[in-house]
Amino acid sequence: MTTAMTVHQPPVLFGVPGPGAGPDGPVPPGAAADAAVAAILAETVHPVPGAPRGVVVDSPPGAGKSTLVVRAARELVAAGERLMIVAQTNSQVDDLVDRLAEKGPDLTIGRLHAADSRPAPEALRHGNVTASAKAGDLLELDVVISTAAKWQWVKDTDPWRHAIVDEAYQMRSDALLAVARLFERALFVGDPGQLDPFTVVGTEQWAGLSYDPSGSAVVTLLAHNPAIRPHRLPVSWRLPATAAPLISSAFYPYTPFRSGTGAGERRLTPGVRADGSAVDAAIDEAAEHGWALLELPARHTVRTDPQAVAAVAATVRRLLDRELSAHSEQGSTPLTAGRIAVGTAHRDQAAAVRAALAGLGVPVDPAAGPAVTVDTANRLQGREYDVTVVLHPLSGRPDATAFHLETGRLCVLASRHRHACIVVARAGIAELLDEHPSTEPVQLGVAVKFPDGWEANHAVLAHLAEHRVRL
Amino acid sequence: MSLLNTLARLEAVRSGRAEPLATVRHRHLSERPMVVVPVAAAGEEGAPLAVLLGTDRLAPRLFIVPQPLNRTQRFDFLAAFAGELLPYLESFADAVEQIEGSEKDPESGEKIPVVRELCADAPQLIVPNPGAVRHLALLGRSTRFRRTAEDADPGPYPAPPQVPLLGRWLTHLAERAQVPGSSMLLPMTGLLARHWATGQSHLEDQHLAAQLAWHHPPDGLTGAEAAERAETGRDGDGRLLHPPAGPLTDPRFDSQVLAPAITRHDAALAALRQAAPADTDRAALHVKRALERLHEALEAELLPTWRDLWQGLDLLRGLPPAAHLPERWEGDRWSYTGHRDRVAAGEPPQPRRDDAVTAARKLAQREREQARLDIQEALDDPLAMAGHRLAGEAFSGTVTEVVPEYDTSGRSPKPRPLVTLATPDRPHADPGREVHRAGGPPTAQRAEIVAAAPGEVTVRLLSGMGRKKEPEPGTVPEVGERVVFTLFELTARQSAPLPEPDDTPWTHGGPPGAGQSSPVGSEEWE
Repeated sequence: MTTAMTVHQPPVLFGVPGPGAGPDGPVPPGAAADAAVAAILAETVHPVPGAPRGVVVDSPPGAGKSTLVVRAARELVAAGERLMIVAQTNSQVDDLVDRLAEKGPDLTIGRLHAADSRPAPEALRHGNVTASAKAGDLLELDVVISTAAKWQWVKDTDPWRHAIVDEAYQMRSDALLAVARLFERALFVGDPGQLDPFTVVGTEQWAGLSYDPSGSAVVTLLAHNPAIRPHRLPVSWRLPATAAPLISSAFYPYTPFRSGTGAGERRLTPGVRADGSAVDAAIDEAAEHGWALLELPARHTVRTDPQAVAAVAATVRRLLDRELSAHSEQGSTPLTAGRIAVGTAHRDQAAAVRAALAGLGVPVDPAAGPAVTVDTANRLQGREYDVTVVLHPLSGRPDATAFHLETGRLCVLASRHRHACIVVARAGIAELLDEHPSTEPVQLGVAVKFPDGWEANHAVLAHLAEHRVRL
Repeated sequence: MSLLNTLARLEAVRSGRAEPLATVRHRHLSERPMVVVPVAAAGEEGAPLAVLLGTDRLAPRLFIVPQPLNRTQRFDFLAAFAGELLPYLESFADAVEQIEGSEKDPESGEKIPVVRELCADAPQLIVPNPGAVRHLALLGRSTRFRRTAEDADPGPYPAPPQVPLLGRWLTHLAERAQVPGSSMLLPMTGLLARHWATGQSHLEDQHLAAQLAWHHPPDGLTGAEAAERAETGRDGDGRLLHPPAGPLTDPRFDSQVLAPAITRHDAALAALRQAAPADTDRAALHVKRALERLHEALEAELLPTWRDLWQGLDLLRGLPPAAHLPERWEGDRWSYTGHRDRVAAGEPPQPRRDDAVTAARKLAQREREQARLDIQEALDDPLAMAGHRLAGEAFSGTVTEVVPEYDTSGRSPKPRPLVTLATPDRPHADPGREVHRAGGPPTAQRAEIVAAAPGEVTVRLLSGMGRKKEPEPGTVPEVGERVVFTLFELTARQSAPLPEPDDTPWTHGGPPGAGQSSPVGSEEWE
């Protein structure tokens, strides 16, 4: 799966603003990002006496969160510390191990895994990585990395002095409760705009409690440690200049960020001319403007809308057939299957898209070589591609439920791309939204989330309407 | 809502009758359930108005609060309610069985055998709808901390002695009702909706009489017509034939019947207080009559729901019990036994709020039980499994070929036979995906997908075949046998350990201190 990942260059490499950079303010993006990172590292590695035991970093999509984690880990080890890292999923852990081992060949890294699962080969290809299902085997190593679910079972060890919690906003409060005994201080890094943790059972009785076990770990941490002032990473290195303003205003209205690259620095050029179809027109629109909305006629459909699924598959097929090239500050590369992702709201939709893609001869099995990633928003969190094709969560629906309106779901789907995002949807979503204003009960003591999904959906839709191609 | 549920609803629309969603009953039904219909005063969620309850469908008992805003009357009502309910709850406490288990010795760390008591049966409350569950929880919350005359400091308004105990039991039952698959406190609308689909929306299914109308519509009416009649039909006096099943009441009943009756009772009481000694008997008679009127009015309003509840029980008893019911009911029995012991040991009532660790433990338990419930329902009921098959999470088919193959990578060869089945299902089965055999050999059997094409799936069995080179007889399906595989695991995962409340970490505010118990506030009484 890591074939689909791009390792961020450390922000410092972009310290010199390009000709198109910095329209948002006098401070060049690289310098602003460097200052933020320096402050975070200072607080993490050399805490002043009496400082809070936690450091929290809010990071918008692609703002160099992973780079920050790697740097913090290296600096802590350089300062003579051993540390543990908590991530949320096995693929996040494997990515992190791979990246850390590559950037820090001098580090000794332990990959703690469950007894019935094996880490990904990318994580184990490095000589400085040791894998084990027992924490006791890894205690002497500089860094030990595992999922929160596995860390919960670790016992009979002395606590680490330092921990890093990655994707902390995805972590549930009860998971932090179970692992917090393992460390004295911790750096929490995450994206507050992504999907909240969830549960399938009722939790109303704890709504409003500062330690609601189904809430986010960071929310609990901040409620009990008011002295912690969250840091922010101000620059998205992933999102192009066409996407950062929309994502920032729609999903992070009070904590704006900007793109690290300026207008025109990222370009997509097709090698094969358009064939006159709507799909090709949408690809051209996305190549030029960074966004396209491929709109099907309004209709209520089953979740796995066969026509919408076919449109998604055809778009991916044409993206590959037209031999696009992606030009960016990192050079020019052909747009291959591994650099494309399809995002859906539901697993059965992802399965239907995978089947349709396989029918068109598009590789979807990562084990057999570079493949298009097709997954749900939950599983695409933290990942990065050149081009994404998104099946809109509200496409063809007769109603807008809280699940489909969740801000984080749309935010994840609309912020995975470095170049362009093509949204496939049935017409009529704006009307659907107007018929279904948010009616979630208000719980005492629960902070109201801004923006709500209804408003964010409208903001994104209004922007997409300017790039509409009708099928 | 799953695709199977949607299809069943569409079928019910077409047939005009409720359609089955289950072939077996997925919730335990007691032989002697306590049926309870509570109602609250309009606009006063926490003010009980009346409760109709009993274990005998021919002899319900009604208790009312003549003036719902009068707290003395409210606590008299709660005492009477407790007088009826507590003997039922406590009647299960004495018959016990001895369960042998083991426990870790806190000093040596060695496992020592222990024998624990488990109550042979447990109480079961059946209420009309989820609103009634919430109402009972609210009553529990408002009464479990009441001080009584028996307390060292009874305060200015001591409650009757059994009231706080009622509050503790109601709190326990309402908490337990949050655990998926538990059966100690069940709403009838939910029970019916789990087992049958109607041709109306979930919202409309919240109306017990309307949901029941789909089961036996009168001759010449469709379920939809019968449901509409149940929702809106009124008698000659304008009273609903099927009043709301509580805890809310029909506004027209409130304004035309209840409010005048309460006013008359209030006036009669006032007259009694001011009556001259000679008139006292007559005034008391007025009060008695006014009370009887209130009683009659509320009884007439609640009896239709009482009958509906028993009709619902009749319907459910017509289904054979699911195979895993005794196992899940044992969980309820442990829960009952535990609460019985805490009350007997003189422990304080459940705290106002869960501390961080308790909340996390409860959430873990509920998630574990939800997973267990989903699995057990699928194993117990082909219709539940059909829902998973339709969702691509399971597949069923007939074995067309078995190829014995072996894993020779280890010291001794292990059986890894390939099983091909013809299936009409379309599972989301990518090659390499792990699947689990349902209804296979007694030990769990894992397999992995080798190939999947429309109409045909090939899997390689990986376990559950014994330790020898050749699989134990009966562990590998034969050609022609029907088999079911699921993409989900067939046992619920264990929850990870959590710290003790006294070890609550700094991220969650540290151990809950004594500062959490709230000071006793002064209260307005009347």
